[in-house]
Amino acid sequence: MHPTIDQKALTRQLATAERRNKIKAFLLVLPLLLFVLASFIVPIGSLVWQGGYSDTFANALPETSKLLAAWDAKSPVSEELVKSFVTELKASKLKDPATPTRVATVVNRELSGSVSKFKQVMNASDLASPYKEKLTALNGEWEKPDLWRAMKIVSPSFTPRFYLQAVDLRLTAEGDVKPEGDENAIHLLLFGRTLMVAALVTFFCALLGFPIAYLLAHAETKTSNMLLIIVLLPFWTSLLVRTTAWIALLQQNGVVNDFLVAIGLIDNDHRLVMMYNMFATLVAMTHVLLPFMILPMFSVMKTIKPNLVRAALSLGATPWTAFWKVYFPQTIPGLGAGCLLVFILAVGYYITPALVGGQSGQLISNIIAFHMQKTLNWSLASAIATLLLIGVLLLYWLYNRLVGIDKMKLA
Amino acid sequence: MLRGVGPDNRSDEGREEINMTVSTQSGYVVFDKVEKTYDGRVLVVKSLDLTVARGEFLTMLGPSGSGKTTTLMMLAGFETATGGDIYLDGAKINHIPPHKRGLGMVFQNYALFPHMTIAENVAFPLKVRNISKADAESKVRKALEMVQMAGLEGRKPAQLSGGQQQRIALARALVFEPKLLLMDEPLGALDKQLREHMQYEIKRLHETLGITVVYVTHDQSEALTMSDRIAVFNDGRIQQLASPDELYEKPQNSFVAQFIGENNQLRGVVKDILGGHARVEIGSSGTIEALAIQAEIGKPTIVSVRPERVEIEPASSDIAAIGRIEEVIYLGDHIRLRMNVLGNSEFIVKVRNGSNRRGFAVGDEVKIGWSLNDCRALDV
Amino acid sequence: MGGNTVGVHAFRNVPSMKLGSAEMKNWNGKLMLLGAMGTLAMSVAAAEAAQLTVISWGGAYTKSQTEAYQKPWMAKTGNTIVSADYNGGLAEVKAQVESKNVTWDVVDVETSEAISGCNDGLFEKIDASKLPKGDNGASPMDDFVPGAITDCAISTIAYANVFGYDSTKFSGDKPTKVADFFDLKKFPGKRGLKKEAKVNLEMALMADGVPAADVYKVLATKEGVDRAFKKLETIKGSIVWWEAGAQPPQLLASGEVTMTTAYNGRLFTPAVTENKPFVIVWDGQQQVFDTWAIPKGSKNKDLALDFIAFSTSTKPLADQARYIPYGPARKSSAPLVGKFQDDKTDMAPNMPTNPANMTNAIVQDVKFWADHYDELNERFVSWIGK
Repeated sequence: MHPTIDQKALTRQLATAERRNKIKAFLLVLPLLLFVLASFIVPIGSLVWQGGYSDTFANALPETSKLLAAWDAKSPVSEELVKSFVTELKASKLKDPATPTRVATVVNRELSGSVSKFKQVMNASDLASPYKEKLTALNGEWEKPDLWRAMKIVSPSFTPRFYLQAVDLRLTAEGDVKPEGDENAIHLLLFGRTLMVAALVTFFCALLGFPIAYLLAHAETKTSNMLLIIVLLPFWTSLLVRTTAWIALLQQNGVVNDFLVAIGLIDNDHRLVMMYNMFATLVAMTHVLLPFMILPMFSVMKTIKPNLVRAALSLGATPWTAFWKVYFPQTIPGLGAGCLLVFILAVGYYITPALVGGQSGQLISNIIAFHMQKTLNWSLASAIATLLLIGVLLLYWLYNRLVGIDKMKLA
Repeated sequence: MLRGVGPDNRSDEGREEINMTVSTQSGYVVFDKVEKTYDGRVLVVKSLDLTVARGEFLTMLGPSGSGKTTTLMMLAGFETATGGDIYLDGAKINHIPPHKRGLGMVFQNYALFPHMTIAENVAFPLKVRNISKADAESKVRKALEMVQMAGLEGRKPAQLSGGQQQRIALARALVFEPKLLLMDEPLGALDKQLREHMQYEIKRLHETLGITVVYVTHDQSEALTMSDRIAVFNDGRIQQLASPDELYEKPQNSFVAQFIGENNQLRGVVKDILGGHARVEIGSSGTIEALAIQAEIGKPTIVSVRPERVEIEPASSDIAAIGRIEEVIYLGDHIRLRMNVLGNSEFIVKVRNGSNRRGFAVGDEVKIGWSLNDCRALDV
Repeated sequence: MGGNTVGVHAFRNVPSMKLGSAEMKNWNGKLMLLGAMGTLAMSVAAAEAAQLTVISWGGAYTKSQTEAYQKPWMAKTGNTIVSADYNGGLAEVKAQVESKNVTWDVVDVETSEAISGCNDGLFEKIDASKLPKGDNGASPMDDFVPGAITDCAISTIAYANVFGYDSTKFSGDKPTKVADFFDLKKFPGKRGLKKEAKVNLEMALMADGVPAADVYKVLATKEGVDRAFKKLETIKGSIVWWEAGAQPPQLLASGEVTMTTAYNGRLFTPAVTENKPFVIVWDGQQQVFDTWAIPKGSKNKDLALDFIAFSTSTKPLADQARYIPYGPARKSSAPLVGKFQDDKTDMAPNMPTNPANMTNAIVQDVKFWADHYDELNERFVSWIGK
């Protein structure tokens, strides 16, 4: 028997010996960790946060917010509320001259026309007690509850209204939820269309990408290098150029139509409409995203031993059975990774469909961009984006359940 | 009994003649002037004639690039012969696709399907043949028992060791009772001990099942252990086709002599040939006698002697010489002496490590000798 | 991936990309630092005496200003002008004003930005009554076209949202009225429209018979908006949407559409320089002004005022039209407008402000859009999506 060793002392020695290495290793990954934190986790966190939080109104008009919260949204507004509103709005300009406009913009989203009414208040110099009467004298709208109801909706900082709006629902001043009016309800439709387009593009990419990846993986090195360059070529040109090239090809006076007319397949007066419709969206997006499908499949196929198919053939399997039962199952990690990649990218695509897809090219990401850039309603944009993110995460989860994420192989 | 089928290949003309008759009649597998080129310039297999009898264990042995694997792949159907014909059981199979040839094949690195369980792997050839589930199950069980792998049905190949995987691959190749079993360096990836064990296993299976086996390897000891006959490949040609003992004892050319087993080579010039015995002048050091296998008067030759056939201080011997010991290596069961003999300092002598052994020291001059039958004058 | 916007307001024939003004506003905070850095670099240049820093959009547009305004002003006063380009928006102005280190003296901004910047206290007020009289003796308040003068900014030119067609596509009658744009039977073919509520809704109402003067009054009501969308709905299936100013002439040239809305300069240039069969229909044109403004706290405020007064006087405004077909903001300039730089093409008929082109025209109502931009665009976007 060995003499008993002091286990604890041994563990301690090991820890001391390893500590330096651990610290070194940690320092090495620290920059990446910070980068990921700063560029990924924080923005996504703020995205989710912003979708449910908007304090423009409450910050500028804190007292008014409290009074609005207490108000029942039906009875006539109190003099106290009006006074607080006028004085706080005027006061907010002192801190930052843009604040009243910003507050007005927020209210304007619930009730169009509010901006000019706020401006009237800002420009009026003789607002004093009794505020309610003076305000009514300025504009009759102030006597009606509508403006105040709009303010009541936007006054809480934490609010579900953006998330509700993202699924075509509206919050009322009473705190109820009602469906969005027909002419404005669009988000659910676009979520559906986006998922459909992404699924179709993924399908076509897989269909086209599989043989190419196969060729790449099993051709001679010289040929496959050449093919790989051709596959990667689109990456070297800008997205807009590629998209524009499709316009040049597919439009009515485009190359494809000219060719078909020239060989007499179609009549000059009946040129095919291939542009500004779903067809163009699918063609252009499939082209743009194809490399993302090919590369992971290629890298997986490259590792599949050619012996496996030979073994299957030697065991009596027909070439189709050998492919379908032996080769194809091995490609699933690559195919899965490619599909996931293409699908996620396709969900977020909006420039290409917007340029070539016409009406049908309007996808949910266009709405996000629209609210980011045009209406500056970042909270709504965040809410929609968050829902999209959740949808993608759900798919990711599904993928993990079906294929297993540990089996995913990227290029 | 099998060996009788093989041609007696003392002379080239004789072999040719016998092959011609065998190829169309009694051969189970027949290669008839088969050629293969990949690039249209270089022939990797040159006018190959080979006949394998039913139930025979034939090994194609040779260094890499010698054409042995290509030959096997042509037989399996994965490569097309660019010339000549291949027959299986009397039928020409040149244009039959691999899956219709009904051959079992075991690959290098096993080629088990990683996404299937062991049972599914072994059942695969039965499934593609639409054999009923119950039948298939019993056949799979028997096959796994045969390779002593029963009880692993539910595992995935990655969970098995190399030796286990190879047994499964064997079971899978045999489960559908193929006409012919092809094995492409199947033991190459195993460690030495396991490899030896598997050699006996495969040999035992061959004997029990009576199946015809064509086996490819570059490992001569594997070939010697298992084969009925061995075809030694080099440069796209069969250098010699013979049983293991004949190949070892009677190599037909210096390539075979050197490739199979260990071999002392003494370079010299043939002075004259008398009654099948050549007198060979080794440099300026002297002249020895050897069997004239491939020797012409006045031409250079290589005299080949196996190290273990050289005797130390023999009572009497056909050929005698003096060797000066340059190096002594103790190997347990025998002692290996490197000597300078007739000006060749790479001359190896193996001495059995018996109880009556004498001591050797570097620099000692010892008398050595060997029998004329162990001494063959071959091509250069 | 694919995050860049294609929203290029390239109506000035300016090749550079420019972010929408509203967008830029939002980046204020983030660009503070950037602005401050630019400021540092520029303060060196500003140290020299009697030097004015004028900021505009670059490209052909800045060139037209340099030829018509800057050069004559420098020759007349002996001062020098440093020209620099920017991409629009109020971010840089805001950064300078808030850091109290204003190095820009005159900035070319759109009316909507001029108004919001004025509201936010970023621009100096300009007393328009002190501007020089028109060459015909008209007082400045009468001489400038309506909407050209705001509290803080004086307009130089107006560009127009018009529609044009390819004359080879219609053998008989040619489109002349805004209603023709919506008449698919008489003038078959696809229509190009900008993917934005602005301009399209006004156009739809005018085509539906609403007098120019009432357009914004009608559009302020729910019924009016419904009416506009209903009119647009009649051609929805034939619309090809465009986003960048360069697209409409391309769509026309490729035959993808037979008629499209566009910025007037975009159709003028290919028609004149490349002999494209493009014809502009002025009926229902919608004008937008470009203005000069002075950032609050400019160290050369008086000089800047002098430059603005000079450049917005009758002759320089008329001279600018030699280089670009945008209409002078003064009525008195119109008769002086000569020929295009090719010395062949008469510019006057190609100007948005030409009285003959103004028979049924509106000026884009900045205040209306401040109130209704979000609401109408949201509805517009969902209408397109369906």
